[in-house]
Amino acid sequence: MISLFFLIIYMGSFMLMLLVLGIQVKCFHEIITIGYRVYRSYDLPWFRTLSWYFLLCVNYFFYGETVADYFATFVQREEQLQFLIRYHRFISFALYLAGFCMFVLSLVKKHYRLQFYMFAWTHVTLLITVTQSHLVIQNLFEGMIWFLVPISSVICNDITAYLFGFFFGRTPLIKLSPKKTWEGFIGGFFSTVVFGFIAAYMLSKYQYFVCPVEYRSDVNSFVTECEPSELFQLQSYSLPPFLKAVLRRETVSLYPFQIHSIALSTFASLIGPFGGFFASGFKRAFKIKDFANTIPGHGGIMDRFDCQYLMATFVHVYITSFIRGPNPSKVLQQLLVLQPEQQLNIYKTLKTHLIEKGILQPTLKV
Amino acid sequence: MTELRQRAAREPDAASEDKELESEVKIDGETASDSESRAETAPLSTSVDDTPEVLNRALSNLSSRWKNWWVRGILTLAMIAFFFIIIYLGPMVLMIIVMCVQIKCFHEIITIGYNVYHSYDLPWFRTLSWYFLLCVNYFFYGETVTDYFFTLVQREEPLRILSKYHRFISFTLYLIGFCMFVLSLVKKHYRLQFYMFGWTHVTLLIVVTQSHLVIHNLFEGMIWFIVPISCVICNDIMAYMFGFFFGRTPLIKLSPKKTWEGFIGGFFATVVFGLLLSYVMSGYRCFVCPVEYNNDTNSFTVDCEPSDLFRLQEYSIPEVIQSVIGLTTVWMYPFQIHSIALSTFASLIGPFGGFFASGFKRAFKIKDFANTIPGHGGIMDRFDCQYLMATFVNVYIASFIRGPNPSKLIQQFLTLRPDQQLHIFNTLRSHLADKGVLTAAVEDE
Repeated sequence: MISLFFLIIYMGSFMLMLLVLGIQVKCFHEIITIGYRVYRSYDLPWFRTLSWYFLLCVNYFFYGETVADYFATFVQREEQLQFLIRYHRFISFALYLAGFCMFVLSLVKKHYRLQFYMFAWTHVTLLITVTQSHLVIQNLFEGMIWFLVPISSVICNDITAYLFGFFFGRTPLIKLSPKKTWEGFIGGFFSTVVFGFIAAYMLSKYQYFVCPVEYRSDVNSFVTECEPSELFQLQSYSLPPFLKAVLRRETVSLYPFQIHSIALSTFASLIGPFGGFFASGFKRAFKIKDFANTIPGHGGIMDRFDCQYLMATFVHVYITSFIRGPNPSKVLQQLLVLQPEQQLNIYKTLKTHLIEKGILQPTLKV
Repeated sequence: MTELRQRAAREPDAASEDKELESEVKIDGETASDSESRAETAPLSTSVDDTPEVLNRALSNLSSRWKNWWVRGILTLAMIAFFFIIIYLGPMVLMIIVMCVQIKCFHEIITIGYNVYHSYDLPWFRTLSWYFLLCVNYFFYGETVTDYFFTLVQREEPLRILSKYHRFISFTLYLIGFCMFVLSLVKKHYRLQFYMFGWTHVTLLIVVTQSHLVIHNLFEGMIWFIVPISCVICNDIMAYMFGFFFGRTPLIKLSPKKTWEGFIGGFFATVVFGLLLSYVMSGYRCFVCPVEYNNDTNSFTVDCEPSDLFRLQEYSIPEVIQSVIGLTTVWMYPFQIHSIALSTFASLIGPFGGFFASGFKRAFKIKDFANTIPGHGGIMDRFDCQYLMATFVNVYIASFIRGPNPSKLIQQFLTLRPDQQLHIFNTLRSHLADKGVLTAAVEDE
């Protein structure tokens, strides 16, 4: 699996996007199948069709929102795409409504309760799998490093916690998962932080990983080429005194991103396991051993991805809160949609602001 | 007297909502006379005679068949009067009312969940449900409030920090709740706890998102709040009346009381009502203007130049209607055209929300969501058709009416880096020059 991971990374961001989509569909399928078995409702009229239809609708909505941002130039060229983008929300809502009405019309007297349960089950599953996978893709577009480092931290935490627990495990951690131990937990935490630190250092050097993914209209493909932002430029940090004595150095050159990676690894080690406990509780609640039998010896796709639930959301929230501001191309897009008078007003406001700040020279006339 | 009261106690239950009879499909629309014959079959949940004492005495001499009609009628008028009072009091009060309705709906649905799963004693669960409600509300209010109260927020230092890291703080709060849930899992009750967790989240998804879209619509202008809600209420009432007087062909097995005559009659009546109501309301600024927060006066103001939508324009009538009315043109507000779309949605799709709620009640074998309003059931019963309306209005506004908010764009622009700002500025300049909006004379101002 790890080699597959490396292979996919090599093939680039578009493949990664497809992979994420594939995983999402498989996770959805696994959870829905569990629902069918729990409720013995495999024969409900229409239900399988409706579940997949809702998955399609929600994906359409999310992909439309993200894709429109990133493919702005491509989209502006095609007339039909422009129409789809402009009324995107309305179209998605109409599609969802059609599914909702089909659900109401498909209610059969004997199976009301089951049908409502499956409806709710589908929606909660969509909420979990589809939103997470879209946040993953948004992180990916920020730069592949925002995708790779969190996921590898979670995987590393899994593996090292298991190893520490295997060799040193003594005190059980939580009744829910008897195999987890405090030694594994703490050992995993420290090793994940170190691993994240090193992985961040290695990956920050390459433009390929660090640059936001952009779609170039001339080349008609994805490119990751840019001037690396400050986060990915080596800076000198003065060490606190006690480390100075240990390492016998005054300063150390680090990428600022490595500091962020400590935050990401900490989250992966401390909160990530809660996602695993949640999944264990879920499996015990519904008396299943594994989500599915897709991977021999490891269970289903969900089993591998249960700890990633919260990680993707955290990384996304982290990026929006601490790293980047609003997306410039999106601001530009919205500007171009306004009425000409509004555009003119904004133009004047911006001009005054830029001149004040000294960014724009008053005498500059093109 | 007591017997009359006892019959009355069963009457509201028998006559108000759908009865759970396994066999027949009603050929005639259910009228009060039919329901009398079924008053003998006991309702599945114990009924409580919660009609207020005063109404009981006032109506005691009427035959029990019409008493229920009167109870419902009086309560309907009371609710409508209440509605008008709230509108009079202004947007801030409306916002608070929407929030209270949301909390009550949430409480009702969660209580049903407890009853269904006999899970009232699950450890921590009540606390966690309310905690999640608080978190999600905090997140949504934070997102909307910061937009509309931008200047106020920038002034106060603690508010500024809260709004800058808003998403992060909300996420942390949610995470704490999630971890508490995981830690509270008890061996014997795993499945129940997961069910309640799922139930809470679906309820939050429905109730909280809808109420926030309602508040968004409200901020666009009170007319976007009042007209849709009144259309749904009108459709409810009109469909009931048409069904009562002319009802014959049943509409859907799920709700035997609904008829095609009621449906179609309600549709036309609602469209007409929507046209009239929007005509009346478009004349007044306080309904039409977006709600803004004025920092000087520290209060909400609704004062503006009405947009094109709310200015009378002349429309030429198609020939077919010209001969009927005898006028060649008519003066209308463009908003009235939009109101036709809103009324159509309220009449055609709104009832699906009602069917969904009926199916839900049958699935879980409950008569009403709660007993808050005598004769009408709980708050959810009144609001079930509004589920989709608020979302539709919001999507409609976002798609067809307004573009992006200019002041918000400026805000976002100011947080960008200087080189990005310059890039956008130059692109905008060339765009405006291309369009011919920007001339050298304008440039020199």
